[in-house]
Amino acid sequence: MAKLSFHHNDGNVDVLDVDTGASVMRAAVTNGVPGIVGECGGNAMCATCHVYVREPYLASLPEISDDEEEMLDCTAAPRDEARSRLGCQLVLDNGLAELEVDVPDNQV
Amino acid sequence: MENIVIVGNGQAGVQLVDSLRAEGYAGKITLLGEENQLPYQRPPLSKDYLAAGSQPQSLPLRAASFYRDNTVDSRLGVQVIAVDRRTRTVRLGDGSEVEYSKLVLATGAANRELTVPGSDLAGIHGLRTLADAEVVHARLDTVRSIVVVGAGFIGLEFAAAARQRGIDVTVLEFADRPMGRAVSPAISEYFADAHRRAGVNLQLGDGIASFEGRNGHVTTVVGTTGRSYPADFVLVGIGVEPRTELASAAGLPVQNGITVDAAMCTMDPDIFALGDCANYPNRHAGARTRLESVQNATDQARHTAKAIVGEAEEYAVLPWFWSQQGNLKLQIAGLVRPGDQTIVRGEPATGKFSVFCFRDGELAAVESVNQPADHMAARRLLGQRRSLSTAQARDPEFDFRNYSKLQPAVAG
Repeated sequence: MAKLSFHHNDGNVDVLDVDTGASVMRAAVTNGVPGIVGECGGNAMCATCHVYVREPYLASLPEISDDEEEMLDCTAAPRDEARSRLGCQLVLDNGLAELEVDVPDNQV
Repeated sequence: MENIVIVGNGQAGVQLVDSLRAEGYAGKITLLGEENQLPYQRPPLSKDYLAAGSQPQSLPLRAASFYRDNTVDSRLGVQVIAVDRRTRTVRLGDGSEVEYSKLVLATGAANRELTVPGSDLAGIHGLRTLADAEVVHARLDTVRSIVVVGAGFIGLEFAAAARQRGIDVTVLEFADRPMGRAVSPAISEYFADAHRRAGVNLQLGDGIASFEGRNGHVTTVVGTTGRSYPADFVLVGIGVEPRTELASAAGLPVQNGITVDAAMCTMDPDIFALGDCANYPNRHAGARTRLESVQNATDQARHTAKAIVGEAEEYAVLPWFWSQQGNLKLQIAGLVRPGDQTIVRGEPATGKFSVFCFRDGELAAVESVNQPADHMAARRLLGQRRSLSTAQARDPEFDFRNYSKLQPAVAG
């Protein structure tokens, strides 16, 4: 199991225990976390699962692929060069057993 | 009595619930779905869902709590049999009736079926529902040779996934190029080559004459050219038919989809239709169009919610599409039409390029392969109804992405 926290702008925090192997997008959509849309179902096609990853987790993230890099430039909320990622590309695994993210104001 | 009744709980129907509440509608909503499970996303069914390994889980469109939190009367496993416009009632399969103040038909589409001899043999499958995908996923562990009928998005996505699992795959397409209805010849050619390089036996210009079998199970596919192909599994992906039967029976005009106006309203002011089942006047195509895509379903749902709650406006969102075939990401902004002038930007040999489609000298669509930034730039540009010159498109030094970010000129 992995622990995943979504921080919302109104101060609310959703904390989930999710199965290892799930992506941040999948965990959010499955559990009804507001603000994560995931309209394409994965594969970095729609940029509607944008999140800002919090320190100190930035160092343990997988590398950004070329495709994700390009989609991140087109998110609805401004990109944060250091912290923006697509939730569908962040898989909770043994190397990433805990993660905290901020949810942007808008995704579409 | 106020009750917005939505027939169909796919991407369009579920988004409509979300958007109606977001628009401030506080009345009753009834959401009627034929399948027994929570509404789910379809795109992964022909992609991630087919990968080797453990049984994948379906991805719900919304969590179960969404339907409670939004006080939706969500009913699963129910069939709508008839619409009575005079009494404003829908009749369900169990004999009960539901009254509506507004009715929204989000009935989607059904897979077109093959009707050639042998079509009823076991081992011949379609891929549309979660139940289909579960059967297909389970069978992929044991099959040795697959024939895919139809080189459209679904057929090629499936073929790529099967090849990645090391299975022999033949794709039969009666047309002379893959994805011919949706993409330019340049993209067709690139994808044909790419699939062949990945080991897919792509046979163009060959349709299906019949299936042969042994002990009730398919063994061979016979093409219209007379050639035969061994198959212990057949996937049929030959397109879909819009689900229009309810609308037809209720006396609503239907022609390649339920006919709606630019606000997604049928000729009955209390009945709307949207998504895969609706035929609407498309400003970007300059013609009536019916589209099959997630984007079309969700954007039309957002629009329909506004039309129901407030003022009816023209639906004018730019259509866009995607397909993931193995390592190839295809994204299309706008509608590609036969006869479009095409200009290739980038070098296809690198696996990253875009095809710019011009119609009457104006940019009409952009197809991007493994270049999401070009796709997003094209969506921005076309969405603002801006163009560029063919000379700019041809110029390798022209910075298309930056150009798309410039402020549009104020319309005169």
